[in-house]
Amino acid sequence: MTPYSRGLRGLTTATAATLAAGLALVFFYAPLDADQGFIQKIFYVHVPLAIVSLCGFVLGGLFAAGHLRTRDPKWDMRSYVAIHMSLIFAVGGLITGSIWARASWGHWWEWSDPTLVSYLIVFLLFATYQPLRFSIEDPERQARYASVFAVVGAAFVPMNFIAVRLSQGFVHPRVLTLSGGRLPGAMQLTFAVSLIAIALLFTTLWKYELTAKSTRMQVRRLRRVALGDDAVRPLGRSAAPS
Amino acid sequence: MRTALIVLRKDILLELRTFETLPAMILFAVSTFVVFHFALNRSSIGGQLAAGVLTATVLFAGLLGVNRLFVADREQGGFDAFMLAPVDRSALLLAKASALFIFLAVLEVVALPAFALLLLGPSLGPALGGLIVLLALADVAVAVIGTLVSAIAVHTRARDLIAPIIALPLLIPALIATAEGAGPLLSAHAHRFPEGRWLAILALYDLVFALLAHAVFDFLLED
Amino acid sequence: MSAVAPAIEVRGLTRRFGERTVLREVSVAVPRGATLAVLGRNGAGKSTLLRVLATLLSPHAGEVTVLGESLPSRGFAVRGRVGYLGHDPLLYRDLTPRENLRYHARLHRVPLTRVDELLEIAGMRLRADDPVRTLSQGMVQRLAVCRATLHHPQVLLLDEPRANLDPGAGDLLEPLIGRRSETTRVLTSHDPAAALREADLVLGLYDGRAAFCSQADQVGASELEALYR
Repeated sequence: MTPYSRGLRGLTTATAATLAAGLALVFFYAPLDADQGFIQKIFYVHVPLAIVSLCGFVLGGLFAAGHLRTRDPKWDMRSYVAIHMSLIFAVGGLITGSIWARASWGHWWEWSDPTLVSYLIVFLLFATYQPLRFSIEDPERQARYASVFAVVGAAFVPMNFIAVRLSQGFVHPRVLTLSGGRLPGAMQLTFAVSLIAIALLFTTLWKYELTAKSTRMQVRRLRRVALGDDAVRPLGRSAAPS
Repeated sequence: MRTALIVLRKDILLELRTFETLPAMILFAVSTFVVFHFALNRSSIGGQLAAGVLTATVLFAGLLGVNRLFVADREQGGFDAFMLAPVDRSALLLAKASALFIFLAVLEVVALPAFALLLLGPSLGPALGGLIVLLALADVAVAVIGTLVSAIAVHTRARDLIAPIIALPLLIPALIATAEGAGPLLSAHAHRFPEGRWLAILALYDLVFALLAHAVFDFLLED
Repeated sequence: MSAVAPAIEVRGLTRRFGERTVLREVSVAVPRGATLAVLGRNGAGKSTLLRVLATLLSPHAGEVTVLGESLPSRGFAVRGRVGYLGHDPLLYRDLTPRENLRYHARLHRVPLTRVDELLEIAGMRLRADDPVRTLSQGMVQRLAVCRATLHHPQVLLLDEPRANLDPGAGDLLEPLIGRRSETTRVLTSHDPAAALREADLVLGLYDGRAAFCSQADQVGASELEALYR
């Protein structure tokens, strides 16, 4: 029983419930968009995925800053899992974004949308996180360098969005409207529930992965104590913290 | 500051002795112009297209310099030598970023005339001053981010591969501002000076990244 | 026994590399002016110990005090007073001996005349302006010794100082890194007999642990043998 697994069952139930509620709202409650039709509903998946993954990247940077300050490997583990989860969610966000672009403008990608473009750039940056980790063999150095990278990456996220927006602000009108005020009430509710559901999903998966990793580490430690150092096969080269 | 000058002096001496980096960067840039001529199938370009070709070429040539920045130190024990000295370690960041900036400046001294000769349609003359200011700010961004990324990459196994894939996304905002700022300068009815907006974005980007790099650099040097 | 604090004091030093523990609870104290020989097989942790004392690595556990300063927190206070000679000569191959030494002299705020002085002592005056990559290994080692002693260090950390040196060169460098240098020295060697002759204290490392630590004249043959088994 590690600290990460505390409350995991309750969290999983809550996540499943919210996801189910969200899906129900999306399919049965939210009104059909006049222009885009049914495919517009992908908005309820795309935007939460994008928001949660971006927050996940920033969170990864914050955990990494904690690691640099305290040198405690736990923070590095939290940072790694947060970024790695966010990358997966980001792939989902990009795919659903592309589908939505197709529905809204007829092409699979839209350069005039600064949010989508910034998002792609952030994804490209964080996609190098794991190759970077994998190519550093010394585990302590790997953790430290990955943390430096994560901190820089997290700082980059807002800067990137501002820069891309500024470069397009005067030329193209804002295509996507995310501000809740512009959405009709029914859509607002559906969106809110979807957002909470995806955020809960992220948190649950994050905790699951951390539980699995820390349990594995504990088992290795116990085996080493009980059976001696040689009984425990060394971990191969890996991108994950140990 | 004094330490940074000592390290910078050593790096310039090394480059003058070996000529490993700078000639390669210059040749790469000129070759890239030739490639663009054939790839775009144009004898002369202007405006935003020219700005894009110039900025991208300088950026990619700069990445060559980024890859080589810490290699001599890594392979010949330079890190240990520096770490053993009773000096302020953040001076290494300043020294290396300055070296990279100087390399980029020298690169541009050759690449700009080459560009004007080979590809650029409109005359470079009236906008040269503004272009230099813009490129100087862009060079600071490449220098700071390049040094940071190079320091990260030099301890990895896939050194030459890791540095560009990390540096490019980080440099895209600077690239955007540089290319957009240079567009009007390289067109037929050239403006004399880039729009303030792009200079401001570049300057801000430089400042934020310089502070960020300064804050995290020490962590890369330890152990 | 003088009451002056030892030049080097190590207590329970532990240093890991990933999951492997390279140094395990090592303790030793070296009085000022004494010479400590660190013996052991390859991989026993000798070089790592020297690197920790040189402030290049920080301890994962335990206390290390060099010249009264606690590491790693006071590392910057120690750096200018410790000379480190590792496996890597720490020299740029494309620069000349003179240029290399001047670089280090500037970093350590040592007057440049010291460079010429050392080049003279090491018998390198004639090759002082040829790139390091054209020098023989013996000359490179001599140059590395110059680099390590440029700033008149009070503590010398020498990882196999005699490697690649012919006896003549060894004599040349005696005043710099030998007993005559009047510094506190920690040296490692693959030749136990030679090391014992030079040392006051001996630390035997086996698999990262201190197998024994005693006066040089009290080390038994069987203890030595066990180290290299």
